[in-house]
Amino acid sequence: MTTATKKIHVTTTVNGESVEFLCEPRNSLLEVLRDTLGLTGCKEGCNNGNCGACTVIVNKLPVNSCLVFGVEAEGAEIETVEGIADANELHPIQDCFLEGAALQCGICTPGFLVSAKALLEKKPGASEETIRFDLSGNLCRCTGYDKIVRAIQEADKQMSAATVDSTTND
Amino acid sequence: MATTPYRVIGTRPVRHDGADKVTGKAVYTADFKLPGLQAGFVLRSPHPHAKIVSIDTSAAEATAGVSAVVTGADFPNVQDKIAQLGEGSVNLAHLSANCMAKDKVLYKGHAVAAVSATNAHIAEEAAAKIVVEYEMLPSVTDIMEAMADDAPLLHADLFTDDLGQKADTASNVAVHMHFEKGDVAAGFEQADVVVEAEFKTATVHQGYIEPHAIVADYNEDGRVRLWTATQGSFTCRQQTAEILQIGVGDVLVTPCEIGGGFGGKIAVYLEPTAAILSKKAGRPVSILMTRTDVFEATGPTPASFMRVKVGAKNDGTLIAGEAWIAYDAGAFPGGVIGPGCMCVFSCYDIEHAVVDGYDVCVNKPHTKAYRAPGATQVAFAMEQLMDELAEQLDICPLEIRMKNAVKEGSRRVDGPVYPQIGYVECLEALRDSDHWNSPLTGDNRGRGIAGGFWFGCGLKSSAACSVNSDGTINLLEGSTDIGGSRASLAMQLAETLGIESSDINPMVGDTDSVGYTDVTGGSRVTFATGLAAYEAGRDLQSQMKVRAAELWECETNDVSIADDGTFSGNGKTAGFKDLATQLFSSGEALVGRATVAPECPTNGFAAHIVDVEVDPDTGKVTILRYTAIQDAGTAIHPSYVEGQMQGGAVQGIGWALNEEYFFNDDDQMTNASFLDYRMPTMLDVPMIDTIIVETGNADHPYGVRGVGEPPIIPPPPAIGNAIYNATQTRMRELPMSPPKVWQAMQSSD
Ligand code: FES
Ligand code: FES
Repeated sequence: MTTATKKIHVTTTVNGESVEFLCEPRNSLLEVLRDTLGLTGCKEGCNNGNCGACTVIVNKLPVNSCLVFGVEAEGAEIETVEGIADANELHPIQDCFLEGAALQCGICTPGFLVSAKALLEKKPGASEETIRFDLSGNLCRCTGYDKIVRAIQEADKQMSAATVDSTTND
Repeated sequence: MATTPYRVIGTRPVRHDGADKVTGKAVYTADFKLPGLQAGFVLRSPHPHAKIVSIDTSAAEATAGVSAVVTGADFPNVQDKIAQLGEGSVNLAHLSANCMAKDKVLYKGHAVAAVSATNAHIAEEAAAKIVVEYEMLPSVTDIMEAMADDAPLLHADLFTDDLGQKADTASNVAVHMHFEKGDVAAGFEQADVVVEAEFKTATVHQGYIEPHAIVADYNEDGRVRLWTATQGSFTCRQQTAEILQIGVGDVLVTPCEIGGGFGGKIAVYLEPTAAILSKKAGRPVSILMTRTDVFEATGPTPASFMRVKVGAKNDGTLIAGEAWIAYDAGAFPGGVIGPGCMCVFSCYDIEHAVVDGYDVCVNKPHTKAYRAPGATQVAFAMEQLMDELAEQLDICPLEIRMKNAVKEGSRRVDGPVYPQIGYVECLEALRDSDHWNSPLTGDNRGRGIAGGFWFGCGLKSSAACSVNSDGTINLLEGSTDIGGSRASLAMQLAETLGIESSDINPMVGDTDSVGYTDVTGGSRVTFATGLAAYEAGRDLQSQMKVRAAELWECETNDVSIADDGTFSGNGKTAGFKDLATQLFSSGEALVGRATVAPECPTNGFAAHIVDVEVDPDTGKVTILRYTAIQDAGTAIHPSYVEGQMQGGAVQGIGWALNEEYFFNDDDQMTNASFLDYRMPTMLDVPMIDTIIVETGNADHPYGVRGVGEPPIIPPPPAIGNAIYNATQTRMRELPMSPPKVWQAMQSSD
């Protein structure tokens, strides 16, 4: 029955920093990130795994944080939208979303950025079909997706060019 | 490249709120926190139609961590009163009863009680302990059944308003409206060909990704402060004040960033409830609606039943039209039947026409606007009949549209005569497009086209621009920004003043700080609030002229302003920023202001082309290629104009092919999740090509028309026409989902 559940101590890494928190066993990672850690960049669109607005990276894999328990973060490495930019420099994916007008209301944007970053790091040069397949778990109701796909393709180009540059410089 | 007279308009700068929105810093309502904030949960009816016999909240109140419980008994009695909400009106008694049921629930999901507690889990568990005793009533969700004489009645006091006359017996039909021009019987007699058919469309939801959310703080001084996701902070303020029976000045609405609306975030749902919870709890209260509740309790847009008949002469000239249209209003009167009636024949010049429309109550959530509210349903009927006429007359579908397209001087069936409009130009752009001129080959493939019209409105808007010491500007305006309007407004002001878009910090004000501004809706913000920004800029310039004359020791009339914003007088010249800096150090600060209320509609037209492939084994329709064409008047920020066209087209594709509310035999929605409602994902659609037509608009200094709404209208009929072209099967019902297409293909074999 509903007596306050004992909280559990969790140690994890969020955006490269070691973090500790207490949470109830029933709290989702989404709740912990938003309510306990104040990282409100990940959004709740459905709370049941159907929209992708809550996407974060856990141990290099994009997950719907509404479907992960906070306690499962123990020992994990978590990346959120707040960690994508490097200090004051936007990541190419963020730049390309802005330059390409790939957002309207912006509620889906953090989820798309996190999913797209994970995709491009794993599959540079991904085809349009691969992008559309891999990101089909992220819903956007405003843009019709066209400019999101193009922004990801452009970011892919810029990221590959940067990799080539840094290889040549080495 | 066409040459443009503009420096800023037509360019594509990064939006001002961009960095916040790609870093997670932008504050949406659910991200806003206050000290001591309580979380609320709304208990909802499991039944579609029932009397509330009693509600026992004692167990919930006794639960540890619960700070307040409210029911309909905590809501003040609100009299029947029609309030204008900018785009549309509402009966406040119904609005209040929709926020919280009093004696009766009218749909599954209707709110019956709410709880606030230290966290949402405790609130939800406590709400589950509330005992509501219901007396079940028969229910009805089908429009035609609800119109029958023996239908279960939703409202014992609802008497049909039949062309202004009240009926004597209660009915579910709230309104019967009628529009007529010419002599329809004579018109059909002159017709060589007549086509007639019945069409049905399903209930669909706006599907914004952000659920409704609210933070309310009923302050000790009696003021209610709301942070909320709304398309219009002033209409939110008015509705909340009326329901709480307090003055509008006692409510402060701060619009947070908003995660989509499309017409569904104009009416209040949670605001009064959260305010009353906060008053009882003595603490601020937040509520975030669940996705299921969003589907079951907030504005879907009407299902429809339509019978439409059109007659043409042998040369393709339309001569007569007749439409009988019924839209469901949901639980309370006041759906979107009006614009449906006005739009059915709005794209074509038809000499004789008649339209009858019915607003019908059923046991579903109260239906709301959804992007060009009411226009998509009727276009599904009319634009397919255009193709049927073309086929019978052996004319090209584009040609019959060109021949009959409305132009300046055409009169709509509801009366207005169009000023300069751009439908013909859209059809010409379609004719010249690469898509139209590329052959489509392959089995089971077809191409379809369709047009669409939406009024676009003016309404009230306010803006103020204050000048900083370096000549940059803070622009305060009242339109909540759902899709980049800060940029489109700042760009217009920058054009006016002769500075850059990046010299302006646009900010959406709260209801205490900015002048009254109507909703972000009706495709009006870039048009009307853009006009306010322009006028505020002009006001600033005229003040600066006076001050420049003092500075330059000449008469005000000797100071002139060039098109690029440069001031000159008495042999001196200064650009805007230069002069503003000088004036800042030489006297009082400068603030320009404007309020506007343009009355003219902006008359937006669109035309779309689609190629589809139909799987003969499953009935699944795949979109192969899509082109959206639209008259924007002038595109301020072309990327965001294209974005509106693409987003609207994909919403229309979802409406066409898949989206619908399923109800079981007990009239309960059975697919109230994103998974089961199934809006288009990235994988379901191709790139959406766009062609922006710019015919200007004499009612706006830069020629802006609204662009938000028209693009959702053509997809269902264009896809219907493409399916016919591919399969020789005519679809009369939305959505054209695989089972329905497959079934229709079997019967037309
Ligand atoms: S909120 Fe997690 S998938 Fe929608
Ligand atoms: S930009 Fe609004 S949901 Fe994607």
